Amino acid sequence: MFVKKLKPAPLANEGLRPEERELFCDAAPTSYKGATKIVEDFYNWARAQSLWILGFGTGCGAIELRPLMTSRFDMYRYGIQARPTPRQSSVFVIGGYASVKTLKRIVRSYEQMMGPKFVVALGSCTINGGMYWDSYNTIKRIDQYIPVDVYIAGCMPRPEALLAGFQELKRIIRAGGAEGQNEYAINFDWYKANQKKVIKNWDMPDYSW
Amino acid sequence: MNELAKALAGRYGAGAWHDQRRDLSSVVVDASKIRDALRWLRDEAGYRHLSFATAVDNIERNAFTLTYALRNHETSHALIVHCDVDRENPAVDSIHRLWGQAWTYQREMKEWFGIDFPGSPRVDEEFVLEGWEGPPMMRRDFNARAYSDETYAERPGRATKDPATHMKERLYPEAAE
Repeated sequence: MFVKKLKPAPLANEGLRPEERELFCDAAPTSYKGATKIVEDFYNWARAQSLWILGFGTGCGAIELRPLMTSRFDMYRYGIQARPTPRQSSVFVIGGYASVKTLKRIVRSYEQMMGPKFVVALGSCTINGGMYWDSYNTIKRIDQYIPVDVYIAGCMPRPEALLAGFQELKRIIRAGGAEGQNEYAINFDWYKANQKKVIKNWDMPDYSW
Repeated sequence: MNELAKALAGRYGAGAWHDQRRDLSSVVVDASKIRDALRWLRDEAGYRHLSFATAVDNIERNAFTLTYALRNHETSHALIVHCDVDRENPAVDSIHRLWGQAWTYQREMKEWFGIDFPGSPRVDEEFVLEGWEGPPMMRRDFNARAYSDETYAERPGRATKDPATHMKERLYPEAAE
């Protein structure tokens, strides 16, 4: 069956001032089509061996990343290390609760990350709001706004739980199941509508790339 | 400290002096005289340090109670000055000329409670919230839970247990019967 490929309409970028709009990309993300299975399996194996975390502590759960780095738990032995910029990182660790103000930065950082990219959501706040379930400014589930590959439950989860979570992420990546980036591209309108529903002062490009 | 209470009562009609501790007292001043009273306390009575300023929503008597915590470092005594402002039309004299840091607290109170401080620098700008469109969220008639329920998506299946009965059932099942 031959399906005619339509070029998606450019994004409106209505949050930007008119003179700024030309400075930013107006293309929506497209999904990534893998190579042949054997090549993609090799890629996935390689991806799972070097997970680079974006060093952006979005909530109190980021405190658990510090013991993970140091000698007792030592995430480097699993090929995990922190990077200072979204452009160089492949794993985004959502560290617990995300206020609307932080969510704005989360969305922007997530979109700026190079593919393939994975999201690990840490703590019960990212799952169902945790202790912030009735807060006026904290979102209750992060997967409405960015796709999540692995959840780590707990408040706070111990570094051991984080290591187990990263092992699970590696297993998912090797099995070819970490499709968050494609999910985001395919359901882009839905994610964007959810994001704009809570981020009222949207003054950034619709897709930050 | 009774002399200070008398002086404040005589000059500014302050009342309800209350000694919480040996080094902590509180007093209530009328909102129209709050800036004069604070200026006098700072310049004449030695309370040169503004520790913090905040507001309490006393919805029962339809007032915001502004709270200014001052400290006298010579006598190591802290004095908390309260004043009530009308909840319907809250506006108080700004004290940013007395203490430079006060405008931060006033901006905070403007955003959180909607109390206006005319003339205070940047008082109308947003402080901790971004793009907030609801009512001032620290007012007690703002229903945070209802706002959260209608604004943020929820994951179904969340259950809440009463800690006392739950632990009783877990630890002493024979007593819970």
